[in-house]
Amino acid sequence: MQPCRLAAFDLACRRGDRVLLRGLSFELAPGEALQLGGPNGIGKSSLIRMLAGLLRPFHGHVEHSGGLALSDERAALDAHRPLGEALDFWRRIDGAGPPTADFGLEDLLDVPVRFLSTGQRKRAALARLAGSGAQVWLLDEPLNGLDTHWGASAQAAIEAHRAAGGIAVIASHQPLDLKRLRTIHLLDYQP
Amino acid sequence: MSGAIWAIFCRDLGLLVRGSLGRGGALLPLLFFVVVAMLYPFAVGPDAKLLARTGAGVIWVAALLAAILPLDRLVEPDVEAGMFDQWALRGLSEEVLLLVRILAHWLSFGLPLMLAAPISAGLLSLTGEQLRVIEIGLLLGTPGLAAIGVTIAAITAGLRAGTALGGLLAIPLAVPLLIFGAGSLQPQGAGGLYLLAAASMAALAIAPFAGAAAIRAGRE
Repeated sequence: MQPCRLAAFDLACRRGDRVLLRGLSFELAPGEALQLGGPNGIGKSSLIRMLAGLLRPFHGHVEHSGGLALSDERAALDAHRPLGEALDFWRRIDGAGPPTADFGLEDLLDVPVRFLSTGQRKRAALARLAGSGAQVWLLDEPLNGLDTHWGASAQAAIEAHRAAGGIAVIASHQPLDLKRLRTIHLLDYQP
Repeated sequence: MSGAIWAIFCRDLGLLVRGSLGRGGALLPLLFFVVVAMLYPFAVGPDAKLLARTGAGVIWVAALLAAILPLDRLVEPDVEAGMFDQWALRGLSEEVLLLVRILAHWLSFGLPLMLAAPISAGLLSLTGEQLRVIEIGLLLGTPGLAAIGVTIAAITAGLRAGTALGGLLAIPLAVPLLIFGAGSLQPQGAGGLYLLAAASMAALAIAPFAGAAAIRAGRE
């Protein structure tokens, strides 16, 4: 794996006519993980979308090398298709296959996505993320809807990704059990 | 890259033909198209001469209205599900994705309409010659209708009451296709087919860019 990198320079985020964040800079090297913490509405999701390049920064810029993968509240799986087919679609695009075993999805592959529970759908979305082969993971509330067991599994998957030289940025208001986790409290960057 | 595009095309086509959750497939516009031709003689009476004179125009109006039916499932479900965001992260441009979708939409909507046109023509007692011009016209015009449909679907994706608004927005844009398509059936109207092709090509050329800009603007 060639080394990946994610850096933000003096980012500012505006939603509507309100500036949510300003002056945010960081740089992540392979194997590092960053938690973006803060209360609801502080701009965690907007910041994640900005890092993903889906939202234009109000100020500053983002640099990255290595592929980006995003997991947010939308699973990006076709709701009416069986889970196996929906994941297979992404396998055909990404080349690599979603590791269904790691997220306990083998028994659910015949079930249409719309019948999955919130937690099961989250696990499927994380499997899609893990199968994307991208080095920089952007996770928006990855533990939402997961029980203790699968929450631990999701964090184990993040650790494995870091061990393989990947980067993880996690927007979450929940405490995470990750080694050498860097944390940015977004409250400190409010204007 | 081309493998991904092919996978997306197959998926789009499957979705549009079979229909997805709670949103009908390719059959719905098709039935609508035929039903209009079936209802028209009931409304104006079974005078074969009148039907043959006005029937071709009715077929074009039916085609235009049938094009509006699938608007709500062309783009909106994928914006909602985050598919376009995921594709953007993989470096697939919205322009290419929408071009693929226009092609899939045409295959699931324009082509069936052409296959159903002989039934409509029979119901409206049109001549073989008229049917031939209608088929050529549909072949030239439906790609334009598909392009306009996808563009409007991209613009109204994420709006409340987007479907109703989409219909209102699509109709004026499709009027040139209707005028030239129906006009080509008038005596000495053969030139109408060239203008129809030109209008269709213009819509096709603009659509991917306008739709892609709309999807990107929708993220803000």
